[in-house]
Amino acid sequence: MSVGLISLIVLGLAALGFFLGRQKALSSVKGDARLLHSLPSYYGWSVALFTAVPAMLVMIVWLFVQPTLLETQVASTIPAENIAASGNISLVMADVRRIADGLDLVAARAGLDEAGIDALRADFSDLRGRLAEVGVALGANVDGAILAAAKEYRTYSNSLRLGMSVVVLLAALIGAGFAWMRISPDLRARNLVEQFTMALLIGCSLIAVATTAGIIASLVFETWHFFQLYPAKDFFFSLTWNPQFRGGSDLGLWPLVWGTMYVSFISLVVAVPIGLMAAIYLSEYASPRMRATAKPLLEILAGIPSIVYGLFALVTVGPLLRDWIAGPLGLGNSSSSVMTAGLVMGIMLIPYVSSLSDDIINAVPQAMRDGSFGLGATQSETVKRVVIPAALPGIVGAILLAASRAIGETMIVVMGAGAAAQLSLNPFEAMTTVTVKIVSQLTGDTEFASPETLVAFALGLTLFCITLALNVLALVIVRKYREQYE
Amino acid sequence: MNDMRIVERTVSTDTAKMTARRAQVYYGDNHALKDVDVDILDKTVTAFIGPSGCGKSTFLRCLNRMNDTVASARVMGEIKLDGEDIYDKRVDPVVLRAKIGMVFQKPNPFPKSIYENVAYGPRIHGLARGKAELDAIVETSLKKAALWNEVKDRLDAPGTGLSGGQQQRLCIARAIATSPEVLLMDEPCSALDPIATAQVEELIDELRSQFSVVIVTHSMQQAARVSQRTAFFHLGHLVEYGETGQIFTNPKDPRTESYITGRIG
Repeated sequence: MSVGLISLIVLGLAALGFFLGRQKALSSVKGDARLLHSLPSYYGWSVALFTAVPAMLVMIVWLFVQPTLLETQVASTIPAENIAASGNISLVMADVRRIADGLDLVAARAGLDEAGIDALRADFSDLRGRLAEVGVALGANVDGAILAAAKEYRTYSNSLRLGMSVVVLLAALIGAGFAWMRISPDLRARNLVEQFTMALLIGCSLIAVATTAGIIASLVFETWHFFQLYPAKDFFFSLTWNPQFRGGSDLGLWPLVWGTMYVSFISLVVAVPIGLMAAIYLSEYASPRMRATAKPLLEILAGIPSIVYGLFALVTVGPLLRDWIAGPLGLGNSSSSVMTAGLVMGIMLIPYVSSLSDDIINAVPQAMRDGSFGLGATQSETVKRVVIPAALPGIVGAILLAASRAIGETMIVVMGAGAAAQLSLNPFEAMTTVTVKIVSQLTGDTEFASPETLVAFALGLTLFCITLALNVLALVIVRKYREQYE
Repeated sequence: MNDMRIVERTVSTDTAKMTARRAQVYYGDNHALKDVDVDILDKTVTAFIGPSGCGKSTFLRCLNRMNDTVASARVMGEIKLDGEDIYDKRVDPVVLRAKIGMVFQKPNPFPKSIYENVAYGPRIHGLARGKAELDAIVETSLKKAALWNEVKDRLDAPGTGLSGGQQQRLCIARAIATSPEVLLMDEPCSALDPIATAQVEELIDELRSQFSVVIVTHSMQQAARVSQRTAFFHLGHLVEYGETGQIFTNPKDPRTESYITGRIG
């Protein structure tokens, strides 16, 4: 039975359990639901949950363990010389899996039964040709030992799958039976469902935390590999970034970090004042009708994919800046520049800043504004002296979010600022950022285990540390200067 | 309690500080205040009483044009301060509100230090030249609000960290720091415990020597204790306005009598 079918059966059992549980609860009090501890449907839910959840958990665990079991079992049957011939056990196993899959297809097409498959012989049956017919292309003729392993793989896999079906369905039935037996008018089914809900919510939040931990772990692991191949001193203290395909590269971090910081700084200089003032207008001055129109319009900006902004930078802003500002001032003749990317990214970030700040400013209690107006303050005095200080922690949070986006942005930088890593103060020169280089190093032609590729992970980890430090710093600042209302 | 009041009443004067004639307020289509005529006397405590939704807070908010900040509100009729129409186009509502201070129902200190809360008004109106003068204004305001002794050692502590009664007295200090001519109080004691209420009431009585005080209250005892004049509002109408003792002992209108004896409201 396939996984999908088993899941369907388990869900069906759960649904059945729901009705049976509800039925039993009702009949135990002769239909008078008021005598039950909980509403009748809670009894149904308690049975349904006990049916589905343990069974599904068993299935998930089984699906994780099954491949490992299968591989070790089959790998032990493959003779040592076959492994030596292809050089690697995982390559042999890949062949075994493909042949096993192919055998299924051949059997289905030729109408062979299990005995027919068993009778197939590597040397007589032109297996390579027949497998090619069903779309499984092999690099060489099938070796007898490999075919045997593939057959073994099939049978073992089939029995494992059968075992899974039996165990899962058994778990469902036991769970259902257990929950059904427990039903009595005094059973606190409502509390049971409540506890289950909490467990579910905890599980979901754990997934987010565990994923973060996993991401960090993989970054750290690969970064460690990188530092085995490339001296950390050069990575952290060299001022040149010059990767070579043949090795002997200079992989200094600073030109990239400088580019990232420069572009992000310019974009924030654009986005924060404009976004904040737009937010103040929307929340303090605009009429409700104006607000209802302008806010969604502004938020449309946030929905434009960053590649579209990149095109805008490439074909419009870049040449404009070059022809009207950089050229006449003698500051450079490149249409890709830090300024181009920074400006366009700033425009992209305006809605982030304004939309979040607007919500935060709106959350400041009206009593604060009344107090200020009542003392004869004007609207802008009230905003400057009361509303903004009270909303400051949230506004800093909004700015930080925008900063994180700016630091992580890739597309606009590729198209706006170019890909030349250099340390320069001139905003009209092409520069590049950490994210752009992560992409170009990972998508290059170099082999994966070379420092030129692995440097991407070190760069990623550096970026992660920078944003983390920014967040911590902002938290400290906010805690120190916040004006807390109530 | 009436004897006490009669002694106090001799202090009050008869010059009208603010006058309202045929004042109307609409919130959208809702006619919230109808044809109100009131003279608020100088250096007198005037109490507005009446059941919830009767328009007394609405009228209070007309007196310093706080209703301007409500988009749907429209005010008609004539309201004068010292003979000048406050709804005249030439009158700057911002300046007007500096002259007519306001204290709200719920204490609403700014999330700033105690000092900054009181210095807020003088700062925005440029009332103090230099730090020393500002310090002096803060100190006298806090003293007038009977809060100085409790907070003089922690002027830098946040105003939101005070107790409810202290917060309300801080708001009063904040309002009197701009030296207003009229002080409007919108149920200033409704969020306070009896001890804090007593302190605020005592304070109101002292403030009467410097400006007229208008207080909206739900407590008839409070109106009787602190005010010299009382206005009774009902369903947007001003039903009766007169000397406090007369309103409570010998009301002319049957509705006033029903309200103060607890039959309506």
